[in-house]
Amino acid sequence: MKFKLTFWKTVFLVLIAAGFYATVLRFTRGLGASTNLNDQFPWGIWIGFDVLCGVMLAAGGFTLTAAVHIFNIKRLHPIVRPTILTAFLGYVLVCVALMYDLGRPYRIWHPLIMRNPHSVMFEVAYCVMLYTSVLALEFSPIVLERFNLQTPLKIIRGVLIPLVICGVILSTLHQSSLGTLYLIMPEKLHPFWYSPLLPFFFFLSAIAVGLAMTIFESSMSSKYFGRQLELPILQELGRVLLVVLSVIAILRFEDLLHRGVLPLMFRPSYEMYLFWLEILLSLIAPLLLLSQKKIRQTAGGLYLCSVLVVLGFITNRLNVSITGMETSAGLHYVPRWTEISVTGAIIAAGFALFGLAVKYLPIFPAEEHSTAVTLPVAAVAGEMQVTALENAGD
Amino acid sequence: MSKALLYDATMCIGCKQCEKACSEKNKLPYDDNIAAEEKQSEHKYTVVLTKGDKFMRRLCMNCNEPACASVCPVGALHKTALGPVVYEESRCMGCRYCMVACPFGVPKYEWNKVLPRVQKCTMCSDRVAAGNQTACAEACPTGATKFGDRDELIAEARKRIQDNPGNYVNHIYGLTEVGGTSVLLLSSVPFEQFGYRGDLSQDPLPMLTYRVLSRIPDFVPLGGMMLGGIWWITHRRDEVAATEHPGNEQEDTKGRTR
Repeated sequence: MKFKLTFWKTVFLVLIAAGFYATVLRFTRGLGASTNLNDQFPWGIWIGFDVLCGVMLAAGGFTLTAAVHIFNIKRLHPIVRPTILTAFLGYVLVCVALMYDLGRPYRIWHPLIMRNPHSVMFEVAYCVMLYTSVLALEFSPIVLERFNLQTPLKIIRGVLIPLVICGVILSTLHQSSLGTLYLIMPEKLHPFWYSPLLPFFFFLSAIAVGLAMTIFESSMSSKYFGRQLELPILQELGRVLLVVLSVIAILRFEDLLHRGVLPLMFRPSYEMYLFWLEILLSLIAPLLLLSQKKIRQTAGGLYLCSVLVVLGFITNRLNVSITGMETSAGLHYVPRWTEISVTGAIIAAGFALFGLAVKYLPIFPAEEHSTAVTLPVAAVAGEMQVTALENAGD
Repeated sequence: MSKALLYDATMCIGCKQCEKACSEKNKLPYDDNIAAEEKQSEHKYTVVLTKGDKFMRRLCMNCNEPACASVCPVGALHKTALGPVVYEESRCMGCRYCMVACPFGVPKYEWNKVLPRVQKCTMCSDRVAAGNQTACAEACPTGATKFGDRDELIAEARKRIQDNPGNYVNHIYGLTEVGGTSVLLLSSVPFEQFGYRGDLSQDPLPMLTYRVLSRIPDFVPLGGMMLGGIWWITHRRDEVAATEHPGNEQEDTKGRTR
């Protein structure tokens, strides 16, 4: 097998190199020199994108395991493994990103023994840690199968259901808690986004994004790993996505109405434009598209909707963590190149790891996997970074 | 008995002796350049703001129910019984949630250090614990910054407003803001002019998150039971169907092994 430098491999190498340089800066010069963060704006994209969006984009893991193992929807079974892989990688990368953002990353274990049950961050830390462990266990059968280790495989399968239940509970807790984080700053977060319902919005949108990411991933996998597209499965996911988005849209409207924020929606401001961008991408456009049966049933339509929903809720998380905090901070935060390149390298690493896992582990169901293997290996390895870029943050 | 500081801006002459004393007490650098800086920072815990002939101090309010202490995942910040909100550097992992959560924007960070700490006024907790007054109160030549029991200082502040209503805005800042603070302010001009927010909640902020967090112990067993129940029902259906129509069993096992 000869190494061939394709376009995406070049992109990958550039991202990793820039990320490496930024990493050196971050850990030798400190946060002040390597970021645009300051006392007025202590949280930037490493929290707003890497953590908030990263956790949200990995929500497919608990959504799908719940659907398949708890609700017993067997039709969805073939896509469980790639989804768990995405979720596991996502959480590992969130932890990596946290190591950059924490002022003293070597103390990341402190919440284990220095507990403050009144702190939302403490709860998030515990849940993320436990859920990453749960995901590792849910992912382990794939590795165990590969090496044909029957005994541990049996043990894991024996405790799978309690494990899945733990995963769903932990996810419900910390997905919503990332919204709860912002409840303590009613005077800082812009009224478009500050709402007592923040935990519900974060949780519901995580489900919507979990579904959208699953559709997105299946579409991408069929394109780049030569797998057959499970269209009926995606159609089903699309139907559920329509319902979840409708619930979010109604709740969101009611919330804005009752807090008297509706007039602000038509008073031009920096926040207003980004608010409408978010609503358009995350709710209006996908709802309009998904409500058309003709669009909802086609692979292309579903793909488009999933991209819109993912981008829409990424906008939402960035609005909560950045746009909504700027006015009270009295400044505009623009991330420094180091912040962006660390994020870029983390995303690139996620894609590469996904591609490697698909190549070496039984991620896709046996029938399809055999066809994937027949593809030229180099082509697969080259294309894997394509998926990587679009799977942003996973 | 909880201690507090009462700062009466009408008595302040802007000499910045409090700034200097604070820097000495906390072993921070202090010179004319730093004295001219009109904002709190990691090397300046308190600052005297000047607007014409009006002055106003800014320092950590040492809230009765501090948001910073409530949000800290490792309990690096806490409110002492005497009043000061203190910081234990050895616990802090640098998540900076305290900075984001503080309604007064008080905690500052050592951005330029590789191993940074959060920095803020801790109301001279060691001096207070030893029965002394804070460095700033001791240094104040006019008595504009006064240290004492919170209740007594509140009574005195009320009396000052009553005796000289024309001299003061009829408001003791810190009496009820975010549930009350250990720093109380009096002024002849609206506090907003010096960046103090007038729209703060009168209730302690930590309740906003604890209301949600306190549900978790109930949610975990209930959620677990509910999910387990759903699992039992959905899989029981399969078992029943398999017994009643043995022909479909094959399809079921196929679904599982995939």
